[in-house]
Amino acid sequence: MDPFESIKATFFQECEELLTDMESGLLAMEQGDDDSETINAVFRAVHSVKGGAGAFGLEELIRFAHVFETVLDEMRSGKLHLTDEVAKVLLRASDVLADHVAAARSGGSVDEGRTVGMIADLQALIDQDRAAELGLNDDGDPNAGEEDFGFVPVVLSLDEPTADAPEVDVAALMAAAAAEPAEAANPVAAPGWRITFRPKAEMYAKANEAALVLRELARLGEVEVALDADAVPPLDQLSAEQAYLTWTIRLSGDKSEAEVREVFEFVEDDCELEVTREGETAAADVATPADDDASASAVEAAAAAPLDLDALLARVAGSAEEPAPPAAPEPVAAAPAAPPAPPAQAPANLDVVGLIALAEKASQDHAQTQAVAPKVEQKAEPKAEARASAGAPTAATPTIRVDLDRVDRLINAVGELVIQQAMLSQRVFESGLARSSDVALGLEDLELLTREIQDSVMAIRAQPVKSVFQRMPRLVREVADMVGKKVRLVMDGENTEVDKTVIERLSDPITHMLRNAIDHGLETPEEREAGGKAAEGTVRLAALHRGGRIVIEVQDDGRGINRPRVRGIAVSKGLIAEDAVLSDDEIDNLIFLPGFSTADVVSDISGRGVGMDVVKRSIQALGGRISITSEPGKGSKFSMSLPLTLAVLDGMVVSAADQTLVAPLSNIVESLTPRAEDVHLIGGRDAVICIRDTFVPLIDVGVALGFRDTPLPPASGVAVLVESEGGGKAALLVEAIQGQRQVVIKSLEANYQHIHGVAAATILGDGRVALILDVDALVTTSRRKAPRIEKRMAV
Amino acid sequence: MTDTVTQGVAQRRELIAFRIGDQEFCVDIMSVREIRGWAPATPLPRTPSFVKGVINLRGAVLPIIDLGARLGLSTSEPTARHVIMVVHIGERTIGLLVDAVSDIINMSDDLVQPTPDVASDQVKTFVKGLFALDGRMVSLIALDRVLPETEAEAA
Repeated sequence: MDPFESIKATFFQECEELLTDMESGLLAMEQGDDDSETINAVFRAVHSVKGGAGAFGLEELIRFAHVFETVLDEMRSGKLHLTDEVAKVLLRASDVLADHVAAARSGGSVDEGRTVGMIADLQALIDQDRAAELGLNDDGDPNAGEEDFGFVPVVLSLDEPTADAPEVDVAALMAAAAAEPAEAANPVAAPGWRITFRPKAEMYAKANEAALVLRELARLGEVEVALDADAVPPLDQLSAEQAYLTWTIRLSGDKSEAEVREVFEFVEDDCELEVTREGETAAADVATPADDDASASAVEAAAAAPLDLDALLARVAGSAEEPAPPAAPEPVAAAPAAPPAPPAQAPANLDVVGLIALAEKASQDHAQTQAVAPKVEQKAEPKAEARASAGAPTAATPTIRVDLDRVDRLINAVGELVIQQAMLSQRVFESGLARSSDVALGLEDLELLTREIQDSVMAIRAQPVKSVFQRMPRLVREVADMVGKKVRLVMDGENTEVDKTVIERLSDPITHMLRNAIDHGLETPEEREAGGKAAEGTVRLAALHRGGRIVIEVQDDGRGINRPRVRGIAVSKGLIAEDAVLSDDEIDNLIFLPGFSTADVVSDISGRGVGMDVVKRSIQALGGRISITSEPGKGSKFSMSLPLTLAVLDGMVVSAADQTLVAPLSNIVESLTPRAEDVHLIGGRDAVICIRDTFVPLIDVGVALGFRDTPLPPASGVAVLVESEGGGKAALLVEAIQGQRQVVIKSLEANYQHIHGVAAATILGDGRVALILDVDALVTTSRRKAPRIEKRMAV
Repeated sequence: MTDTVTQGVAQRRELIAFRIGDQEFCVDIMSVREIRGWAPATPLPRTPSFVKGVINLRGAVLPIIDLGARLGLSTSEPTARHVIMVVHIGERTIGLLVDAVSDIINMSDDLVQPTPDVASDQVKTFVKGLFALDGRMVSLIALDRVLPETEAEAA
């Protein structure tokens, strides 16, 4: 592949992940999560998409992403507040963004009208919030904490008060510890910014240049740049690939923080950046007479964060009656509460503790500052916890991206290993070696090991169903819009794991069932309200493991199945006899019959008469089952259960007509030795067997597969009672049952073609190929008495 | 002169010759993946008689076509002396059961003669052409027609 193309492909792969992150973040926000981490995560995702798109010149995508990003940035800086309405707009915007990415990927185009409409909606949010900003924003929204805040490693040289940097850093620390953004606390715009910009080595590695950033910054207003080169080691220790320099920039002018940050847009992930509003109105009144230099700088630090103090003092005043907690021990307690920090961060933590202690010392003769110290500490602790808990999921084990082909090759090879190992064991056993011999014991260990390898390899392919589930919120939104219903989608068990091959095929049935639930299951808002329900319907999509299978449930709280109507339709379409006596369950299951559709209006979404029967068939093709339970007025629940993997199967190894065959265990009900008097002939050839007073067809497997012409005398074989997915029962007559075994499924179609009655093939311990029976086909063939299939001869 | 040489080189190819009964056939060496001894195959139900069944080729299920039966020649039950030529046909890999592999032939396309009209339909379907080699007649097999037609292809 063209290297550029391959980079582009990687970009789109990343986009998928980013869009997923974005959507899950937005969904969390829709649920009212206005944590700054969440908003930041969404912002970063959109930002990265935009950044990548820039590299490939995807103009449309950039244009949209930019507007989207601007809105998110407003939220990030706390100017725009999260409301239900905002979340909805953002979610729709995320859909449009996904469309843009898809269009860019396929080279197609996006519905221009929708994009323009969406941009207008987003713009409206910005304008609305700009308008709000002009009014008084006095509730001090604490959401604006920047991600880079927190305990950032800064050089804090208290005994070197000459430079400006320590003061700024201390201020930043205070601000970080208090997690109290300056601007939120101070509605009056300050005339300047202090920016501490410390590039990391990664920034240079990505060919970014600090000088360009600074030059860009200079365009915003008058700047004073101070370089802190203290960290530069002696020349012999200097590593050319490391970053040592820190700049402190004082920027005058009344630019917004967003504008300042925009300059650092492309490097912000690779640098430590602090943007602090510089208060001209330094709260000098807070500063106290100092005993020594150290405490002076600490108090100076407190003074440099006067905005925090104002807010804090206001709060403290509220609880003035309470005695101030003993400050000295608690700051120490705050440090251990901090998350295990990377080495670089450790000094910063220590500095905070030291700083607070100093502040405490200095404030002994000043009640106001004393009040500050415990407050700072109190705020620091929850922040530390928040970081610790936020750190847990992000500290997820590192992953690698691997081509699926490679994994499949590995799985095949391991399958071979298992077979080869089984063959070896068998040969050793046949050669007459004692079970207790060293060779046999070694082989046993080998067997355990191979099993373990097989399990681990299968686990590689196991993936959470999340990848399918995450597409559903959008689908639900769109379908709900289309049919004019209000729907809330609740998803459970997204992390349930299932084999990749199964996951890929889950999407269609789930899509169909969800559409069905919204279109047919839920009532319109008016109907719901009339029925005493919330106007918003709930659809629950859940995945869980049950009995070695994965169960997917789609449940709605709608009207439930209208049984008389279903029955009426089934009769009118000739699917059942008019006088048929059916249980409620049976009526419910009529909807799975081919050609059944209950929608009054054949809509775009469902109801083309290819409804549930298609779903049922596609699920059966995966070796799955689907069922429905319904309660009138309360809703319906579809459950489908699928095998966890399509690569292995639990089977019963049987022999018929000298052939070894495997019957899927999931089909088998029981096995029994037929008595001659229980077997009856119907007509010339067809036999039925009476099992506990029920007659079921007796199918001679050897004859059904054409391996021999004359049926086996029933009494000399074993009958295996099977149930097909369609619910039909039959007894398969075989010569003997050899045992039960997990077998690796091998496709026959890959090199040959499908054979009726054979589902697939597998390789047994002796290295021979054995065929896996297609029980459904055998049962239906016997039932329908299909004409003998002609042998196809080419030519 | 140069042209002729280039042309000649471009059209040269290597073929693997094998015997079925007393007749000699060949296929392009590039389509042959390996040659192995006969091992008992697992019969497949409802298949034409020339499909001997499937064997395990290092984990892949490999259908075995009795090429003699496919060509309408008289065949006997395979023994350990028979060989299976594993060949690629498009996306598929199949085994061809033949009596023995006899030779590797290096020849050019222009020596191949079209199959004469005398041949039966069945032979004409599978034989792309003939050529003479040291007084022997060798038939070039059209591999893509060896597999039984699938339903999709027939439709």
